[in-house]
Formats: sequence, structure tokens, C-alpha cells
Amino acid sequence: MYTFSSKLKIFSIVLIILGAIGVGIGFSTSHKSFEEVETLLAEESHHGGHGEADAHHAPAHDTHAKEAAHGDAHNEHHAEAEHGHVDEHAKHIEHVQHQIANRPWSALYVAAFFFMMIALGCLAFYAIQIASQAGWSPVLFRVMEAITAYLLPGALIVLLIAAASHFIGHNNIFIWMDPEVVAHDKLIQGKSGWLNIWGFIFRGLIFIGGWSLYRHFARKFSIAQDTAEDKSNFKKSFRIAAGFLVFFIYTESMMSWDWIMSVDPHWFSTLFGWYVFASMFVSGITAIALVTLYLKSRGYLEFVNANHLHDVAKFMFAISIFWTYLWFSQFMLIWYSNIPEEVTYFISRFNDYQLPFLGMVVLNFVFPILMLMNADYKRMPWFVVMTGIVILFGHYIDIFNMIMPATVGDRWSIGIPEIGAILLFAGLFIYVVFTALTKAPLLAKGYPLIKESEEFHY
Amino acid sequence: MEASKVIHAIYNDDDVLMSAVKKVRAEKHHIEEIYTPFPVHGLDKAMGLEGTRIAICAFLYGLVGLTVAITMMNFIMIEDWPQNIGGKPSFSYIENMPAFVPIMFELTVFFAAHLMVITFYLRSRMWPFKKAENPDPRTTDDHFLMEIGVHGNEDALETLLKETGAVEIKLVDKAH
Repeated sequence: MYTFSSKLKIFSIVLIILGAIGVGIGFSTSHKSFEEVETLLAEESHHGGHGEADAHHAPAHDTHAKEAAHGDAHNEHHAEAEHGHVDEHAKHIEHVQHQIANRPWSALYVAAFFFMMIALGCLAFYAIQIASQAGWSPVLFRVMEAITAYLLPGALIVLLIAAASHFIGHNNIFIWMDPEVVAHDKLIQGKSGWLNIWGFIFRGLIFIGGWSLYRHFARKFSIAQDTAEDKSNFKKSFRIAAGFLVFFIYTESMMSWDWIMSVDPHWFSTLFGWYVFASMFVSGITAIALVTLYLKSRGYLEFVNANHLHDVAKFMFAISIFWTYLWFSQFMLIWYSNIPEEVTYFISRFNDYQLPFLGMVVLNFVFPILMLMNADYKRMPWFVVMTGIVILFGHYIDIFNMIMPATVGDRWSIGIPEIGAILLFAGLFIYVVFTALTKAPLLAKGYPLIKESEEFHY
Repeated sequence: MEASKVIHAIYNDDDVLMSAVKKVRAEKHHIEEIYTPFPVHGLDKAMGLEGTRIAICAFLYGLVGLTVAITMMNFIMIEDWPQNIGGKPSFSYIENMPAFVPIMFELTVFFAAHLMVITFYLRSRMWPFKKAENPDPRTTDDHFLMEIGVHGNEDALETLLKETGAVEIKLVDKAH
């Protein structure tokens, strides 16, 4: 049995408190009045500190200049143009005001989704191991079960933040939740059969219900099998794993439309569900590797050897490449055809998010492919830990890139609200996962393939 | 040192063979070669053979393929005749890079795979019309053959091999 060390417990609680303070600071500094934003923008354009801000001003000035040229001949036109410029100025400031207000919400949402997705990816991996009757991984089942314990609270928090952004906030994450916006937007009106707040909540609850139900019973059968006389729990576990995987691939896809793709309600992509899946799958596997190595270093998993680590690292390596394949397929198809209604998605990411957008390809592809290609490196714990941390950071940036451009636009940064939210959910994740680890023996000894797994060598 | 006389010990079970290899090596006899009808897992480790470096070759060949792809397309599409084809930007390589990635990928794999296979053929001396080097045709079916060099210790070797469970022991003169 594992005992939650008091040091780690205090560490996770400290993370939660620090994170909560950071999130609080984020929310308290994001409410800026019209005048405050106006002076902020004036200062920025004066100092020229924000290239993005200048770019934002440029179109307004351009139209003004053009209109002014006309105005030489027609004075009344000139007056109209002046008027239009003032309107545009006010609109611009309101736009920026919204973006600033959206930032703490999005920061919270990105971090909440990221940690939820680790648990969900891990659950999918667990179900695949059981359904495929893998012989190498049963020694890691209890670690996987513990990580998936975060799924229920984590997913509920994601849904709660999304709903709260509508009911408490000002639709800070999903603009389609704003009836004001929908009233003036034919495209969103056409999608309102799917994109409406109650449908969103209802579907979310079904997804979470289905996943948690599987997790609950898989865990129950797994623990029951430890002391069972026959293999009936194993058989049941196998059957529900197969059923869950079918349910999962449908709901995961729909979840990615609802929870992520709908932040850009004008944009759509068919392989998006797969893309999000690859991201969560590799993060989940990486989390398994990191938790396993932590427990092993504390002497709790003496039955896990370098061969198990090697296999987990192979999965990290392969799914990182799979993620890149999907990322590139999505990007390249849209870049190549360059259809305006699709390509704006990448234009905004390329212009305003160049470093995170291209940086994550280095973190999620170049780094793992070079670090984990060698068979010997995959067996070295510190190497896998280092690569794992880079992969997890890279996939946080991935989610960041999916959400932020739609909500805060060029007003992004990784500062107190973002880091606070990461710490908050990291602390919660550690607390929930390691508490779940104490609830059952770390070796699923009743599992029929456990002997094979203990003696697994590659 | 190549021995002029060798002993061929024949086994009919891979487990027996494995334990025989360990015993022979423990007695410090040099195993020249082992012939098996199929890969015996762990035999290379038991014999103390070095690991293969063919994966490193493949990695380097892949880099060659990537370089070939980039140089070729940069010259053809960007430097030599930068046409406007369907509005794709041909001002620099990086601007049009996504369109080149499928070819970069395929050539990397192509070079890595083919050159590695050719390297394997050369290093293991395999080619069409090559004379087979099989000392006993049964080793391609269901027998395992261990070849050990003899340096005047013939009798000691024979008793040792008998102990290890060899079903047949032959002294072969390689000199002719």
C-alpha cells in the first residue's frame, strides 16, 4: 500500500493555495474601465512597446487616410470619415476591453482542460490495455486507475467554468453563448441547433457521466479481481473496456467540438477530434511515466523495471509523432487550399502566436523524436522524466493555442493568471491522484496477465 | 585465430542449445558459428555478440535523404525557376515549406529503409547467386548446429558437448 507522504500533500496544498491566489489576482486585475483601456492603448502606441497594438491601429488609420483624401473634394465626406473614425476607435477599445476581461477565464479554462485531458487520455490508454489484453502493462494499472481518478472532478470543473463564463461572467470564453452576438450573426444562428447553452451542458454531462461510469466500474472490477476466486471480474472488465472505447471515440470527438472548437464558432475542421485525442493521449501516457517513476524512486513499485519504462517511453515517442502528423495534416490542408473561411484560424495564430504556435512543434515533435529515438535513452529514468516534462509543457501550449487566440487575441501572455491556474490544477491533480493511490495495493495481483507483466522484458 | 579443424555439434532443441552455449562459453571455448532454422531469442546475448549498429546507420541515411530532398526542391522550385504555381509563395524555401514536407518525409524514409537494407546485405554477405554456406541442410529445418574450433583439445571438447545434450558430434577438417 502507498502512503501519501505528508511532504507531497503539503506541496500539493501549497500549489492549490498559490494557484488560487494567482487566479484571484488574475480576475481582480482584469476589469478595466473604458478610460483605463483607452489610456493603456495610448501609452502602448506611444512607447511602441506592443507591435500588435500598432498593427491594430493601422487599419483604422488607413481608412481614415483614404477617406481624408476623398474629403479634400467633398467636405461632408470628410466629416463622415471623422465620425467613423471615432466609432471605430470606441469599438477598438471595447474589443480590447473584452479581451482583457477574457484572459483570466481563458487561463483558468486552458489549465482545467489540460489536467482533465491527462486523466481522460490515461483512461483511454487504460481501456485499450485491457481490451487488447496487453501483457506488459498490468503492473501499471493501479497508477493508471489513480490518474483517472481526477477525471470526474476535473471534467466537472471544466464544464463548470464553461457554464460559469456564461452565467456569472460575460460569455468570456464562448461567444456563441452571448445572445447579443448570435442575434447579429447568421453563421452562429445556423449552428444554434447544436451550439446552445443547455445543449452544451446536457451533452457535457452525458460525456462526463459515461466516462466516469466506465472508470468507476473498471476500478471496482479491478479491485474485486484481487481477491476473487474466478476470473469473472476480469471478463466483465474486458467487456466494458471494449464498450467504453466505442463510446469514448464518439464522445471525445463531440467533446472536442463543444469544449474547444466552439471557441471559434465560425471555423470548423474535420480531423479536430483526432487532433485533440492525440494531444490528450500522449499527455496521459506521459503522466503515467512520470507518476510511475516518482513512485519507483520512492521504492513503491519494485516490480516495475526498465523494460516497462521502455515501453511507456515508446508510446510517448510514437504518439508524439502521431500528434505531429495530425497537427501538420490539419495545418497543411488548410494552408494549401487557403480558403478564407478556414484559413483565418491559422492566420491569427501565425500572426499573433508565432512563438507558441511554432514552439510547440519543437517541444512536441523535434524534442521527443531526438531524445527518445535511442533505445538506451528510453530506459533511463532521468531522460524520460526530462522529455516527459517537455512534452507536458508542449501540450499545455497546444491547448493554449487552441483557446487563447479566440478569446484574448493578441493580448496573450503567460503571466500570473496562466501560471496561477496551472499551479491550482496541478495541486488539485496531485492531491486527487495520490490520494487515489493510497486506496488500493499498487499491484493488481488478481489480474490474469499480471505474472506475464511482472516478468516482462524487452 | 581460424582453426583448421572444427567440431560440429548438432542439437534438436533451442533450449538445450541455449544452455549448451552458456556451458561452452563458461569453459572458455570459442564458438565460431551457430546455425539455426529460426531466430532463437537471446542467443546473441548468450554468445556474447556485440549489438548491431544498423539502427545508427539508418538514422544517418535518413538525414542524407532529408538533405537530398531539401537541396533538390530548393534548387528546382525556388532557385532555378521560381514560377507562380497556383499562388504558392516561391520566394524562399521556408515560405513554401509545408508543400515540400510530404516529399521530405518520404525521401527520408526511402533513404533510411533502402540504404539500411543494402547495408545489411553487404555486411552479412548476401546476394543473388551467392553459394550457400550451410554445413548441414538439416539446420534450415529442425536442427541447430554449433561450430567450435579445435586446438588439440578434441577429446575434452567432445565429452563436454556430449554432456550438453548434443545429438550428434562430428569432427570436420576445414583445410581441404
